[in-house]
This record gives sequence, C-alpha cells and structure tokens, in this order.
Amino acid sequence: MARVLVDVMLKPEILDPQGEAVANALPRLGVNGITSVRIGKRIELEFEGEPDLDQARAVADALLANPVIETFTIHLEEVVAADTAEAAETGEENAA
Amino acid sequence: MTARIGVVTFPGSLDDRDAQRAIRLAGAQPVALWHGETALRGVDAVILPGGFSYGDYLRGGAIARFAPVMETLVDAAKGGLPVLGICNGFQILCESHLLPGALTRNAHLHFRRRSQRLRVENTTSAFTGHFDAGQEIVIPVKNGEGRFVADERTLDELEGEGRVVVRYVDGNPSGAMRDIAGISNAAGNVVGMMPHPEHAVEALTGPSVDGLGLFTSVIAHLGRTAVGAGSSQT
Repeated sequence: MARVLVDVMLKPEILDPQGEAVANALPRLGVNGITSVRIGKRIELEFEGEPDLDQARAVADALLANPVIETFTIHLEEVVAADTAEAAETGEENAA
Repeated sequence: MTARIGVVTFPGSLDDRDAQRAIRLAGAQPVALWHGETALRGVDAVILPGGFSYGDYLRGGAIARFAPVMETLVDAAKGGLPVLGICNGFQILCESHLLPGALTRNAHLHFRRRSQRLRVENTTSAFTGHFDAGQEIVIPVKNGEGRFVADERTLDELEGEGRVVVRYVDGNPSGAMRDIAGISNAAGNVVGMMPHPEHAVEALTGPSVDGLGLFTSVIAHLGRTAVGAGSSQT
C-alpha cells in the first residue's frame, strides 16, 4: 500500500504569525540559534487502489491549498506493513 | 413587492439569525437557505453570514465553498445576483474565487472583537448606495482570521477600480493589507467584508445603527433593477 503526502506551506511572502509566536517562545526553552519558524500542514491521502498522483494534485490545488497564499508539494510514501512498522518502532526504541 | 433576501446557514454559522433580523428591520423578507440544498428559493439577494462554517477546518471557508448551495450561488452571483459575505461569508467568497485575495490569521494572533470605525469608499456597489463617499461608520468587528491579503498587483487593481468598499480607520484590527475591510467584484454585485453590519442595526445591542445601511442599500438597489429577476432560479 502507498499513501500520498501533501505538504502545504504559506508562501514565503505571506506573514506567518503562528511561526513567529513559536520562534519567540524558543528562547524560553533556552534555544537561541533558530532564526525563523514557518508552520505548514501535512495531509496524508490513502487511496483504495493504486494512488493517483494527478488526482491528488487536483485535490491539493482545489481544496487542500489556497494558491493565493499557499504552495504545496506532493510525494508518495511507501507504507511498510503494520507488523514490520511496529517491529521497526520497537527496534528504534530499543536502540534509544 | 417586498424584496426577499436569502441567508445561508452552514453547519457552524453563527450570525444567520442576526442577519435575518437585520433584513427584517431594513424592510425586506428574510428567507432561510440551507447549505445542503442547491435551491435559492427565488431570492433577490443572498447573505453569507459570519461564524465558523464546517468548524473552519483546513481554512476558513475552504470546505463551505464546496457546499451544494454554493454551486448555484456562484453561478447566480456571476449572473448579477447581489451577494454580501460577512466575516466567514467573506472568506467563503474568496475561497470561491468570486472575490480576489484571501483572509489569513490576524498579524498579532489575537481574536479581535471591538466596535470598529470604517470609511465607506465605494458607494456604487449593490450594498453601499445609501452611504456618502468617505462617510465614516462604526460597525463591530470580531475575528481571528480577518487579515486581508493579496499580491501587490491585485491590491493596485482593487484600489484603481474603486473596489475597496470599506477601509479601517483609527486602527487596523487584523493587520489587513492597505487597511482593507471589504471589497467588491468588478460588477459591484458581490461584496465581502470582515466587520458585521448585522450587529449594528439596533441602538439597544449595537454601537450604532450604521449597519442597517448595507441592507437598505441592497433593497433600494433591487428596487432599481426589477425585483424578482431572481425568481427564475430554483
């Protein structure tokens, strides 16, 4: 199975007050080296059969992103079978 | 003949009843329209009210744009039907591409609710004929995502064509570009504004009764342009 990931970001010239608020909070965590934070959205589309990238693009263009203020990128994500993924997660935990 | 003005209720609309009341006080007959039906019930004009249609999920107005009622409304608006979008209604009109630009989160991140002074800059739209050019009015504003943005070319075009209908005076509540509070389409029949004229129609509950002017304006506009032209719609 595969899913399509759509990443939506505000265009660079559009003010992102949420990102600025997060950036302003960082010094309170003791973090000072980060100069900019921009916040976007990640949308995961799962298809019944083979994922249709063109259809995903059309959906992103018409609904998921507003081209007046946002841009989007689309890519396929291979989903590993559930049990393998779980094992991988456990493995990671063990490693940590 | 009394003008019939529709008010669309979406799931999450808040100000539909206030808009209906304003229409009645202005002397027209309010007609309730439902987001899930394409029927416009032969109304002569439509108000898209404030609120949080579909929970403002994704973006304000983004999902409402695809409601069945919008299929009919977008065509009718392109055909000249007067449509006023207030707050969330303005967002829906922008998402529907009936108006240019977009409404984004207020620059200061605060939800801003206050009585707001505005300058009426366009008195030729379907909803502003009863005002004088340059007239200042006071109408409540209440939103968290009311910052009008558009690219420079669009902003120049709106100003050049006199399509900035109302502009903020004495402070900009959202950081809206060029202090824009409301705009119209090129034909002047579609108007979107962030402030809420339906909350300024009675001395008891509003900061003024200036909002009534938008509703009486469209009634007068309909009187000039043959009321009932809309009755051919279903």
